[in-house]
Amino acid sequence: MQTLRLWLRNRNPADVMAHAVTLLFASTVLLVTALLVYELYVSSAASRQEFGWTFLLSRDWDPVQDKFGALPFIYGTVVTSVLALLMAAPVGVGAAIFLAELAPPKISDTLTFVVELLAAVPSVIYGLLAIFTLVPWLRETVQPFLQERFGYLPVFQGPMYGVGILAASMILAIMILPFIVSISREALLAVPAEQREAALAVGATRWEAAWQVVTPYAGLGIAGSVFLALARALGETMAVTMVIGNAPKISASLFESGYSIAAVIANEFTEATGDMHLSALVQLGLVLFGLTIVMNAIARLMLAATSRKGSPQ
Amino acid sequence: MSRAFHLYRKGVNVVMFSLAGLCAFTTVSVLFYILGFLVWKGAGAINWDFFTQLPKPVGEAGGGMANAIVGSFKLVVLATAIGVPVGFVTGVYLAEFGGRRYPALIRYIADLLNGVPSIVIGIFAYALVVVPMRRFSTLAGGLALSLMIIPVTIRTTEQFLRAVPDSLREAALALGASKWRMVATVVIPASLHAVLTGTLLGVARVAGETAPLLFTSFNNRFWSTGWDQPTASLPVMIFTYAIAPYEDWHRQAWAAGLVLLMAMLALNVTAHRILSMKMARRSGR
Repeated sequence: MQTLRLWLRNRNPADVMAHAVTLLFASTVLLVTALLVYELYVSSAASRQEFGWTFLLSRDWDPVQDKFGALPFIYGTVVTSVLALLMAAPVGVGAAIFLAELAPPKISDTLTFVVELLAAVPSVIYGLLAIFTLVPWLRETVQPFLQERFGYLPVFQGPMYGVGILAASMILAIMILPFIVSISREALLAVPAEQREAALAVGATRWEAAWQVVTPYAGLGIAGSVFLALARALGETMAVTMVIGNAPKISASLFESGYSIAAVIANEFTEATGDMHLSALVQLGLVLFGLTIVMNAIARLMLAATSRKGSPQ
Repeated sequence: MSRAFHLYRKGVNVVMFSLAGLCAFTTVSVLFYILGFLVWKGAGAINWDFFTQLPKPVGEAGGGMANAIVGSFKLVVLATAIGVPVGFVTGVYLAEFGGRRYPALIRYIADLLNGVPSIVIGIFAYALVVVPMRRFSTLAGGLALSLMIIPVTIRTTEQFLRAVPDSLREAALALGASKWRMVATVVIPASLHAVLTGTLLGVARVAGETAPLLFTSFNNRFWSTGWDQPTASLPVMIFTYAIAPYEDWHRQAWAAGLVLLMAMLALNVTAHRILSMKMARRSGR
């Protein structure tokens, strides 16, 4: 109290007011986020008490008998996101290297702006396009081809409906591509020019400088962009809901339908049959929240580490 | 080193950079593909009725999405009215008033909020507003969207306030202004475009959001009569129409998609313009 009074005496009262008001608003943000976690926790209480940790490992999803397990949804979410990453990361990093290392600054900036616009396209529009272009294309061209050539692999067996794990992964890959490109490009641009110059001075070609010197230097930042994209992919709802097929099963085939956490919440929340069903859906939300928070935290750590390393001097 | 090896390295250089260029070209062409496809499919479906008529009952052709357009507008206005002031004042706190520890915490929380999947935000708004009110409402939807605007506004505001040169602050203080006067009459006006850009980017972020609206503002085939009633919105309509089995609904989904995408691009390009104009003026000085 004493120190507070001393502190107040030396201040203009209007300044103290301004400080207090802005502090109040900032604290609202803190409060709302805490409330979000609290609501998720409380609203899932019934389901958490009933199923405990077995919720994560059970394959049942039966609203009629009030039996709920998250495994098929966790499987669908993780598999589609990881597949999306495997498809998007090489293309994204390649594009970032081109934009940062070869393209003239003007062209690079323009293309990067286009990439950022791509990130702003609403998820439901990606879903719309996926339903009417990607899915028919997969059904009529890609899946018959893959099955004919590589049908002995379990991943390419099964029915060819178009919708399913493969379609969801592909649309996710397209959606996370802009994040990988623009953040990796930033990481590459943050590499000090001396690194490039030194490599070129000892006779490296531009590609050797870019690939063997600059890219490893920015490695952590690029990895950070990939994790950030992964967090995006895990939480992505609409486009996935529209093409994943919405069937809670776990199968080896990529052609089979699946289900993701976000998709089941989107589809069943308003039609939940009882309190336990609703509570289980909220618990799924809690699981998804946890997954994305962890991925985001890893990404932030990596990006923070590179921005410190990459800064001049 | 042998001549052959030298040529090989040159070759690798050309091939690999061509591949990287191809990657960049592929990424960029996705936007033009989306744009082109939506124009091709949607332009024919857009007519006067689309903007002025209510949806027709299932099975009847025609009708429009007037209620969804107004609904989306109401949702975005509400979200902006809540989200932008909170985000802006928080940004001012972080840039001008904060000490060391607490702002770091707020910044971390804002990042965390930014990373929360939109469907989870929907669950939160459902528990917070829909359950106590016992009905889906525009209010609940607007609140859910405002939570997604807040982190965007905080970040842009803080960035821009920090970009205001300290010499301006020092000049104001040297003339005897108190701190709040310095902030209110010098720093904020000098970065007023930040508020505008932050708002535009925030609106662009949420205008196309579907997931948080599914169980907050829900949907409505008629005009929504008040803020406490469920309302239609463009993104939810696109979703509903796209997964329905009717040809005519698909046609309207394309039209709605085109309208939404155009609004989105306009918002982003405007924000970008304001920024680059400001940058040019500052560096020209």
